[in-house]
Amino acid sequence: MLSEILVSLFLLLGAAFALIGAIGLASLPDFFTRLHGPTKATTLGVGGMLVASIIHFTGQGRVTVHEVLIITFLFITAPVSAHLLIRAALHLGMRKSAYKATEGESGNGH
Amino acid sequence: MILRKLLPLPGLSLVLLLIWLLLQNTAAPGHLLLGTILAIVIPRWCADFWPRQLAVRRVGVMVAFLATVLWDIVVANVSVARILLSPAPRLRPGFFELPVSVTNQVALVLLANTISLTPGTVAARLSADRSRLLVHCLDMDDEATLITQIKNRYERPLKEIFE
Repeated sequence: MLSEILVSLFLLLGAAFALIGAIGLASLPDFFTRLHGPTKATTLGVGGMLVASIIHFTGQGRVTVHEVLIITFLFITAPVSAHLLIRAALHLGMRKSAYKATEGESGNGH
Repeated sequence: MILRKLLPLPGLSLVLLLIWLLLQNTAAPGHLLLGTILAIVIPRWCADFWPRQLAVRRVGVMVAFLATVLWDIVVANVSVARILLSPAPRLRPGFFELPVSVTNQVALVLLANTISLTPGTVAARLSADRSRLLVHCLDMDDEATLITQIKNRYERPLKEIFE
């Protein structure tokens, strides 16, 4: 019972942060700010879901910890892909827009 | 001497054994044995091209550093979420240059990774002489405070751990 509540809590928390990351990706004004959305969703979003998974399967009688590996590899690879993306953007000279200046204008930074 | 020959990279061996057990999701004797064999054989194959200077000098600082980073990820996630969900988000995005004083390669990679992992900042480019790191910030309040914060919270412990 208690574990079910905990599992639901962590699932909701992870899903909420993944959603917020997606909202950020869709609504932020330029490429550089958009990049912040997905890199962040992977940390707390996936992290919350994996903690829920650990609690759920451990509660079924068998100690389960291999989710730790998923978190570890995500934490190693997510910053690398973000770094490659932002380097590519700098190399291509993507426009850095001031937030106010681009309100109502969408699609720049692609 | 024999031990050194058997385990040229004890740290790597331990990590390999741990990863094997985590992948199998068990600590059964059979997998412990198999994992130990892999942890002895694999480092011997790649010992020649493995960087030697990789040494964690202060384990306590390392653990404290990991805890700080995890906590900062949670706190910063919440603050970024608050910015994104507010009806009229007030953003001050921009780049700033972080003067870097760590020289160890692993410490540098970890510093850049930490900056990218903590929400609100992404490490963008390291200058050719490895002295400045360009960072993009989602909501930059005060450049100087941000720089001292990153230097105190992340760079100093990394320096203590690896240099």
